Amino acid sequence: RAAMAQDMCSLKAQLEEKEKEIAALRSKLAQLEKSHTSALELHDQVTPLTPVKTKLSLSNEDIMRYSRQLLLPELGVQGQLNLSKTSVLIVGCGGLGCPLAQYLAAAGIGRLGLLDYDEVELSNLHRQVLHGEENQGQAKALSAACAVRRLNSTVECIPYHLQLSSENALQLIQQYPQPTSVTQTNNVPTRYLVNDACVLSGKPLVSASALRMEGQLVVYNYHGGPCYRCLYPTPPPPETVINCSDGGVLGVVPGIMGCFQALEILKIASGQGSSCGQQLVIFDAQSARFRSIKLRSKQAGCAVCGENPSVTKLVDYESFCGSTATDKCRKLNLLSRDQRITVQDYKAIIDNAEPHVLLDVRPLVEVDICHLPFSLNIPLSSLEERKLEHVRLLQDRISQLKEQLAGDCRPPVYVICKLGNDSQKAVQVLEKMSGSEMDSITVKDICGGLMAWAKRIDPTFPQY
Amino acid sequence: MYVLLNAVRCISDIFLFLGGAELLFNGVKEHHVTLPSQSEPWDMKQLLVWIQQNLLKERPELFVQGDSVRPGILVLINDADWELMGELDYQLQEQDNVVFISTLHGG
Repeated sequence: RAAMAQDMCSLKAQLEEKEKEIAALRSKLAQLEKSHTSALELHDQVTPLTPVKTKLSLSNEDIMRYSRQLLLPELGVQGQLNLSKTSVLIVGCGGLGCPLAQYLAAAGIGRLGLLDYDEVELSNLHRQVLHGEENQGQAKALSAACAVRRLNSTVECIPYHLQLSSENALQLIQQYPQPTSVTQTNNVPTRYLVNDACVLSGKPLVSASALRMEGQLVVYNYHGGPCYRCLYPTPPPPETVINCSDGGVLGVVPGIMGCFQALEILKIASGQGSSCGQQLVIFDAQSARFRSIKLRSKQAGCAVCGENPSVTKLVDYESFCGSTATDKCRKLNLLSRDQRITVQDYKAIIDNAEPHVLLDVRPLVEVDICHLPFSLNIPLSSLEERKLEHVRLLQDRISQLKEQLAGDCRPPVYVICKLGNDSQKAVQVLEKMSGSEMDSITVKDICGGLMAWAKRIDPTFPQY
Repeated sequence: MYVLLNAVRCISDIFLFLGGAELLFNGVKEHHVTLPSQSEPWDMKQLLVWIQQNLLKERPELFVQGDSVRPGILVLINDADWELMGELDYQLQEQDNVVFISTLHGG
């Protein structure tokens, strides 16, 4: 027994020593990484760039590194040299931008501008595969640039931590003489802004998008093909635009589309040319099918690339689209103050054990992620369609509640969703139904929804 | 994926709703339909009205605007942009394949 105790003691001592060693190694690594990153200067404004160095021939190292693609007659030495002369601006270092930057760097593109105004969050990592856990909170542009540099240090990376605007977009895009590739962000104003800036500076725009289980790709403003405005002269109504944080996206779908963008850019940059200039590629991940659609040509009446353009400089895109240029969710304000309560008010209602119905109007798939234990789930769409079984379910709960309540008061129904937008719409629907399609109720919205509940009342409640 | 119909003046169309546009049609992406026969050939303008009356029950403003589709929806006829085919005036043929795509903005 004494021998065993001694053994344990010695093992513990050894462990301690090893742990010290590990800590020392960690700090050494961290220092090295820091010096490595500091060489990458994060730009928060557009500054003039020196032209990309022109290579006249490939070095032995280049030949070894790119040998497998040099063997392709479609690329060859000239194609590789063309790549090394090319600079590409990537707008958005997210689900599309990450694989795009990765493959362009791997293939030996000359210069990569990486633009993103956001920081890395945990919920990005399932699709934005250049960023790691340790990059959370770091500027995405910098995180992506570091990852790209690890892959190919001969590629010049310029990370921009700024929001593209009518003031800086032209100046920035004009600094990228060869094809400007743009992987677009979630919002409509930025798409029009980037399109117009590309048309005004005569650059092709390699554009892709992905949502849920689908992707789309077009090369705009290229070889007589349409620009974004030729296809979509009028912006869509803001309420029809769904982003990744609302609609969801399977990470590999933007991954595939980002790789597709890289392919088209490499073809343009090396001199082969893209065949997507007048073609829309749609990827349906569910059925694993690609469809190629022949698009209209450049439109003579287009406001920016047509014969008599009305847009000759960048305009105010937020007011043109009626929405803001962020990827964040819009906040609706449909109700008056007395139709809404705060999460704190709702906490007090629970604490006082006041009888009520809590109605969660999110889709079932979100309710499966998390919900409050005492809530009744009826998705907003079912309410809007007045689905019989759901209306009955709600009516049953209200009848039960009425029995608990003395007198003939209107039973209180509190409506909740993720962020407090759908719940407001549901309140409007329920107010229409109250007293006609079912018993009279008092219905109120819980402001800010479950995410406000998680932030302000119960920090153990999951956020998504 | 085609439905063949031999009936005179009956047209078989396949509608595909992609990019979220299917959500307006109960999440069903592929609709195989037979349009009622009429003396004149069906054109796209009439088809949009027919879809609105027969397939789309809720929130028509998310699909149509005026007598055309709302901004942000691209219409394809047999895998080509409908702009190349005459848009609203295009006359439908048997076995035509019409796709409505709503533009995606995610990434």
